Amino acid sequence: MNMLASHRGRIWFDLLAAQMTVKEGAVPSLLIGEGELSGRTCSLLLVQPDANNRYPRARHGEVGLLEGWALAEAVSHIVSQEATVEPVHKSSIIAIVDVPSQAYGRREEALGIHQALAGAVSAYVQARQAGHPVISLLVGKAMSGAFLAHGYQANSILALNDSGVMVHAMGKAAAARITMRSEDALDELAKTVPPMAYDLKSFATLGIIDHFIDVSSAIAPSLEDIELVQRQLVQAVKNLGGDTQITKRLQGENREASRLVRERLRAQWKGAASK
Amino acid sequence: MSNGNDPRLAISFVEQSARKRVEHILDAGSMREMVTPFDRVTSPWLEMQGIVPQFDDGVVTARGSINGKSVVAIAVDGSFQGGSLGEVAGAKIAGTLELAVEANQAGESIAAVLILETGGVRLQEANLGLAAIAEIQSAIVALRQFQPVVALITGPVGCFGGMSITAGLCSYLLMTREGRLGLNGPQVIEQEAGVSEYDSQDRSFIWGLTGGEQRDATGLIDDFIDLDVIKVRQKVQEYLSKGVPEAFRSEAIQSSLDRLKKVDTRSQITAEMARAILSKEASL
Repeated sequence: MNMLASHRGRIWFDLLAAQMTVKEGAVPSLLIGEGELSGRTCSLLLVQPDANNRYPRARHGEVGLLEGWALAEAVSHIVSQEATVEPVHKSSIIAIVDVPSQAYGRREEALGIHQALAGAVSAYVQARQAGHPVISLLVGKAMSGAFLAHGYQANSILALNDSGVMVHAMGKAAAARITMRSEDALDELAKTVPPMAYDLKSFATLGIIDHFIDVSSAIAPSLEDIELVQRQLVQAVKNLGGDTQITKRLQGENREASRLVRERLRAQWKGAASK
Repeated sequence: MSNGNDPRLAISFVEQSARKRVEHILDAGSMREMVTPFDRVTSPWLEMQGIVPQFDDGVVTARGSINGKSVVAIAVDGSFQGGSLGEVAGAKIAGTLELAVEANQAGESIAAVLILETGGVRLQEANLGLAAIAEIQSAIVALRQFQPVVALITGPVGCFGGMSITAGLCSYLLMTREGRLGLNGPQVIEQEAGVSEYDSQDRSFIWGLTGGEQRDATGLIDDFIDLDVIKVRQKVQEYLSKGVPEAFRSEAIQSSLDRLKKVDTRSQITAEMARAILSKEASL
């Protein structure tokens, strides 16, 4: 499946990093902005398309072998640099998310793309657990393994309220084939089964997104849009109040079973201790 | 139930149900399953789609001991919906690991053994499967600082999707020769990239790239496990006794980047090339 590379991520990165120092990460497909957001040091991270990517299956902004490890390097570098900094002064890490998918290819599987993505996940979790506010800003697609590696470990996830913002476990065409349904049938099903849906409104009921930001345009943002997003990012960091967990997601309306299972486990835990 | 060393009496680990696998891994009589089939916490989403749910939603989670050491042991049932993780199945794994983290934070020592036979996210519960996998991953990174998290990957399903990333976070990763480990399932790659990139019908090609032998030769796992239950137990004990590793596989950042940045991608890769690039002996 060929696709046109999305520029949404780069648009928002450039606007938000306007006053920051911008550099490439370990590869050109990773951009890093370093600066301040409302007086607190902060790093912006973006996985972006690179038409010359050494790995041809990762040229449209996919998270591939190099992107996974490059994210791991960038995030773990921030964590180790600030290892002795008090949590309240640790810099924020902001993932700008516009990732169409992980890279699908033979080289990717052969060379352990799962391990590259594990590198990124590990670094993000460690950053969060060390006390860095980790915020994700969804401006485009946030798909599947790519989102697990870049964004899903944030302790706060914000999303532009725009139809081009999409979160899902698998692209619709592939999901249709694997579940042996038509794409239309999938859409029909999604109307009654919220976790299946591709739209943001359904996703909101799952408790994963903290806040939707109403912008006038997601691809040609106005000055007001940019200021609004900046304010929301600052607010998101403030709202964390030192929280290093992702458990608040469980409060989502359609996560009743996730809560029930945890209640039962907790109730049975002590009685299940071996003696 | 001892079968000594007589190979004719050996019980094959992979032929056991998920529940039996957990029981076999644990010290005799120590298994205490939690949220059992009698709790009847089933998937709230499958019935809506005309799929018969299972009373354990395809995950068995228990406390118990291995050689007297306190552990949680969790097995995914590859025979239910391809070992896929939906909301309940995922919450059973994440919730158990979260309680193990809490216990360790409170000074108890509890390690974890995961028996993975999973295709990853259950597409009928798509976003909630993905959400649960993110929660499992977070819990493993927290738990592995205290105690080893040992993952076993067995056939015939293997370990794919988001759960392959989970496997890559564990302290130690053991695999049968028949098992497979990869991010994207063969069908999905063929769908996305075409049959010349990945032929999902070509079994020897697929096992050659993602099977246990190859994953061991490329350093992406720690060790093989045999099919015999007693030997599986011995291996798990061996790795649990190693304790927390000095470095985790997911932290091999620089060496991985150095290797992957040098790969000549003008021609398509073979299993032999992958070994030459990733094997521990390969020069940097």
